[in-house]
Amino acid sequence: MPQLLEAGTPAPDFTLHVTPDQKLSLSELRGRPVILAFYPADWSPVCGDQMGLYNEVLAEFQKHRAELLGISVDGVWCHEAFAQSRHLHFPLLADFEPKGDVARKYGAYRDGDGLCERALFVIDDKGKIAWSYCSPISINPGADGILEALENLPKS
Amino acid sequence: MASLKIPVTSSDHIQGDEHAPVILVEYGDYQCPHCGRAYPIVKQVQKHFGKRLAFVFRNFPLNEMHPDAEVAAETAEFAASQDRFWEMHDAIFENQDSLGLPLLLELAEKLSLSAEALEQALNDGEYAKRVKEDFLGGVRSGVNGTPTFFINGHRHDGPFEFEDLVEAIGTQMK
Repeated sequence: MPQLLEAGTPAPDFTLHVTPDQKLSLSELRGRPVILAFYPADWSPVCGDQMGLYNEVLAEFQKHRAELLGISVDGVWCHEAFAQSRHLHFPLLADFEPKGDVARKYGAYRDGDGLCERALFVIDDKGKIAWSYCSPISINPGADGILEALENLPKS
Repeated sequence: MASLKIPVTSSDHIQGDEHAPVILVEYGDYQCPHCGRAYPIVKQVQKHFGKRLAFVFRNFPLNEMHPDAEVAAETAEFAASQDRFWEMHDAIFENQDSLGLPLLLELAEKLSLSAEALEQALNDGEYAKRVKEDFLGGVRSGVNGTPTFFINGHRHDGPFEFEDLVEAIGTQMK
């Protein structure tokens, strides 16, 4: 099991594709909290899978001005089709080339499987990790931990 | 391990005794096919345990995925206001394949509830707040999809076949 980056650590910056012709850097979001949700793969076969659930809870995250980013090793085209089919209203980042590079920096890559862990990070407005959690890969962690972490952020 | 943050109270829709040794709480979505599949299983489980088990249903509509889930939930709450919650809950799941406003109005009439009053309540969003409260309470409790079951307050992770639920509930009875 890799060591997940813990609270208090500066969140490693990264630049990844969000759409086929657009990139996003973590540092662009400085000034507001960021929820970084690593997940194993698009197209999980259940209703209300992890990304689908977060999509429904988006309004609650936004009450904390938080920006949600989903991230997996799937490519941009795959993300695009997945986001469209689930009507996702937040960006999915492709940790595709070099594969899993960002996940590795966060200690959230599963070497043998070639997938991201189900790892959650709440990053504060100054770019420091405020909370992190790694769920067993088969268990969708839900949104309660994220909301609690957002509530515990010092009021800016 | 996720646990139920909103205790079961008399404002819940409950089948059986609030003080039964085990309470099974389901967070469900009327348009979710997995909830549709769980519906007869829960009935079997209730029959198996009889009075030793109470069952609570709370709303968790995934509206982005299931456009009719919210109206269905509000319709069941409308029926609840006239003490007909479980009849409506059952009727919706039993007719899940044809879910939509026409079906809901038809079911209301079959239960001798006013379809007109239902339509008015849906337009006014009279029960939207209650449904939203259920949803948010579920989120705080770690509901991670539908259906999510809690057995005496502990989230049940993994499959929900008859055998799985019977085993998990049985453990709580000891």
